[in-house]
Amino acid sequence: MSAAIQFIGHSVLDCVRSLGRMGGFLLYSCYMIVRRPGSPLYILKQIRFIGSKSLFVICLTAAFTGMVLGLQGYYTLAKFGSEGMLGTAVALSLVRELGPVLAALMVTGRAGSAITAEIGIMRISEQIDALETMALDPFKYLITPKIIAAMLALPLLCAIFDVVGIYGGWLVGVKLLGVNPGAYFYEMEQSVVWRDVYSGFVKSFSFGVIIAWIGCYKGYFAGHGAEGVSRATTESVVLTSVLILVWDYFLTSVLL
Amino acid sequence: MIRLSNVHKSFDSQQVLNDLSLEIPTGQITAIIGPSGEGKSVLLKHMIGLMKPDSGRIEVDGESILNIRRSQLNRIREKFGMLFQNAALLDSMSVFENVAFPLREKTRLSSDEIEQRVRSALEHVGLKNVNGKYPDELSGGMKKRVGLARALLLNPKIILFDEPTTGLDPIIKRAIHQLIKDTHAQFGFTAVIVSHEIPEIFDIAQNVAMLFRGKILQIGTSDEIRGSTDPTAKQFITGSLDGPIQLV
Repeated sequence: MSAAIQFIGHSVLDCVRSLGRMGGFLLYSCYMIVRRPGSPLYILKQIRFIGSKSLFVICLTAAFTGMVLGLQGYYTLAKFGSEGMLGTAVALSLVRELGPVLAALMVTGRAGSAITAEIGIMRISEQIDALETMALDPFKYLITPKIIAAMLALPLLCAIFDVVGIYGGWLVGVKLLGVNPGAYFYEMEQSVVWRDVYSGFVKSFSFGVIIAWIGCYKGYFAGHGAEGVSRATTESVVLTSVLILVWDYFLTSVLL
Repeated sequence: MIRLSNVHKSFDSQQVLNDLSLEIPTGQITAIIGPSGEGKSVLLKHMIGLMKPDSGRIEVDGESILNIRRSQLNRIREKFGMLFQNAALLDSMSVFENVAFPLREKTRLSSDEIEQRVRSALEHVGLKNVNGKYPDELSGGMKKRVGLARALLLNPKIILFDEPTTGLDPIIKRAIHQLIKDTHAQFGFTAVIVSHEIPEIFDIAQNVAMLFRGKILQIGTSDEIRGSTDPTAKQFITGSLDGPIQLV
């Protein structure tokens, strides 16, 4: 019995310690973003890595998400004789919810895992220690450029996701199922307001922070050897994905 | 001078440094020897603040490096250069970029001056035509020499060498030892070398400290340690299987 209580106590303490360390990591990253954000060249490189190189997977996912929405939306709306509202349904679903969330989950899988692996390998091969011994702050070179790049890239990727998804819905709804093209775009224009777009951008911006924060944190504190890096990468993807969904719920409830 | 007083360090239940006290004299080469797994690299990392002790004091030139702001620690670290066991070159950068990196980040030298200094530093360690290569294209000895060039470039007052010749062939080994001796004679830095190279290390270092069971077992001049009658030191130096140092 006492062993069980001891185990629970240790687990809770470990959890609180990890949360504190994660919070401290984020706070110090924010401080460094303000004080010494790193060279624009590093930031551009990271925007290329997190943003440009994710374009293909974002477009592919967006197109099929829009197409499924078009298909599902059409058959649901047809029951009420409201096929003309398909553009609205597709656009609102994408702009408010699916665009930011799916784009973030795709970037987590593609770039978040790579960030953890890269920093984790640098940690176990003492490259981060080498930076420190040269009196260079690793946050300036490794962490802040990635966080800034993710904050900038995610809203742009989300915008691209939304546009491609809307055209995916258009392809299925208008071209395959015969919805009036004018109605598709007119209804969309009437019902999607700035607040919807704004909430999508706020979400994707904060998801960018989460992806880079957790990715960098897990890599920075990766355990020993290849197994440690592999574990850190898995934990990073799982934790980031869960945090994105949980944070999405809270943001939605605030922004609605 | 680097001074460690009553330093304790444990990893989980394993005590690595146990009330260790050590003084590294300024301007001399001090070697730290001892069986594998005794915490020599851990000791080295404590000297530059990469690891923090559980208790004890660590001072560099009279200034404590514990419980100070990161900016203060960085100011103290500017006195240091370090050559890691696996060189720890930044693998996303070429050899040239690796060596130029501290110059670019810490000085206001022009590109031409940086290029000139990097080339001369690489030539100094016997490397030519490797500027555009990446660390994974280099042999172990070449990586160590690039690491040495990087460590020497900003003329540090103290250089820490973590097993600079482990895993290298005898010729490269001798070349690196000679390089350390020559650069020390030229620049007069304080050097701390963690090494297993017995007996070569006695010809390079002026002082030798033997680490055993988390403490400095013996410290003295090279000749004193070479001629030590302590059974542990003697066993380690002669490489005998019989003695207080157990394999398991």
